[in-house]
This record gives sequence, C-alpha cells and structure tokens, in this order.
Amino acid sequence: METEFTPITSLLGGALIGLSAVLMMAMHGRIAGISGIVARMLPPSADKAGLPQGIIFVFGLLIAAPLWIALTGKIPDQVISAGGPALAIAGLLVGFGSVLGNGCTSGHGVCGISRGSARSIAATITFMATAFVTVFIIRHIVGS
Amino acid sequence: MRNILTLISGLSFGTGLILSGMANPAKVQNFLDLFGTWDPSLAFVMSGAIMVTMPGFWLVQKRATPFFSDMFHMPTRTDFDARLIAGSATFGVGWGLGGFCPGPAVTSLPLGSTGTLIFIATMLLGMIAAKYVASPSTAQQET
Repeated sequence: METEFTPITSLLGGALIGLSAVLMMAMHGRIAGISGIVARMLPPSADKAGLPQGIIFVFGLLIAAPLWIALTGKIPDQVISAGGPALAIAGLLVGFGSVLGNGCTSGHGVCGISRGSARSIAATITFMATAFVTVFIIRHIVGS
Repeated sequence: MRNILTLISGLSFGTGLILSGMANPAKVQNFLDLFGTWDPSLAFVMSGAIMVTMPGFWLVQKRATPFFSDMFHMPTRTDFDARLIAGSATFGVGWGLGGFCPGPAVTSLPLGSTGTLIFIATMLLGMIAAKYVASPSTAQQET
C-alpha cells in the first residue's frame, strides 16, 4: 500500500525528536534511546535510581497520541499490515536485538550518528541493511 | 521542574513520531521498500532529528555536567564487537518485518490496535531475554 511522501512534516517531526534528545542530554546527560530507556526498567538488573524519570518519559510518549487526537480531532494514520504471528516474532527480534546491540533507531540512528559514534554508524548501516533485505523478501519474494 | 521537563521530552518525542509518520508501520516499510512503493519520508525524519541533535549535543556538552545529574553518561566504547553487529542485524529484521521499532510501538499503544499490543508484549520479553544473555560488563546501554 502506498503512503504519501511527506518531506515537511517528516522533517518537523524529526526536529521534535531531536529536541527531545537534546533535552534528555541537557537534563540527565543521557542518550534518548527508547530501547535503552525501556530496557533499563526491566528485570534483571533494573535501574532503580533512574526508574522514576524513565517512567515519566514513557508516560510522555503514551500521552502524545491522545493529546494529538484531542488537539487535531484526527486519529494518526496507521496501517499495520503484518499479522499477529509476524508481529510477535518482530517484537521478539526488535527487543532482543536492540538490547544485544545496545540501541535502536533513536539511540544509534539519531543520537549516535549525531555524536559521530563509529559504533552507532556501523549499527545503523547494519540494521538498515537487514531491514531493507527483510522487506524485499516479504514483499517481493514471499509476497509476489 | 525536572519531572516536567522529562515529561515534555517524552511528549515531544512521541509527537515527533506521530507528526513525522514514523508511528505508521506502513510508512516505515515503504521507506524500506526501495523496489516497490518507496516513500523516502523517513530519511527526512532522521535528517530533521540529526540537524537538531548534532548542534544541540555540542552545545550541551560545553557544560561540565548536565543540569540534573553529576555526569554525562556517554557511551565510551569504540570497538566493533560481534554483539553490536549481530544485535543490530537482528533488530533490523524485526523492524522490517513489523514496521515497528520501540519508540513508535510505545507511542502507538494508546491507539489500541491488537497488533501493537502483541508487538510490545514480545518486545519486552525479547529485551528481558537479551538482558539475561548480555554479561554485566556489556549490559550498560548506549541508548
């Protein structure tokens, strides 16, 4: 299914993500990586000292969509084409992979690249490559 | 003040994901579908984020310490290990398969779709499993 190319709103949305990352760095000296923030709250070795701020940050993420709907009167466009079993596997891989690889799209892709981290650049190239290949396989080999 | 700013930070992140279209798995998968219904929007999301983060980090780090912490918790490792590459490769397969990464999935939770719930549940399981596998020395998160 096609989606509309949205350079302006995507650029602006990206800037808001960047603003959030800068705020987290200025306040807590931490990388705003969602996988890290969520994983630090989980057992084993949950980070108890950082827990309250982590919960507040995640709460901020969770109220974004309800506030968006309240202010714009529109439900954000969302099409999830993967079925239940595929999403269950996708979730496992994303959770496991982001913790093992120390980061996800935000931690490596935004914050890491902004710091010029060679590790993050390598990580971003790697997950982009496997994601491109995965979509190619599901859409053009399995799905055709 | 600290709590309000952390809340604003989370809200700004979530709103950015929605406004940019990254909270929509179809848009993410279309970005990844170079030979199909390609939608280059995601490159603009990353560019917009980096254009703010890069100078922002530079400016913030001119301070000796962050405002509410006694030090910057910056990742210090510079080596490439198998874990970084294998973890990122695994993450990418999951990202392509579902069209979700952690931020958009959490942000989408209140929209209440079953698919998001399934994804989040197994994502948390995957994270816990990886924390058991990762040794304490490498458990420190970059993100």
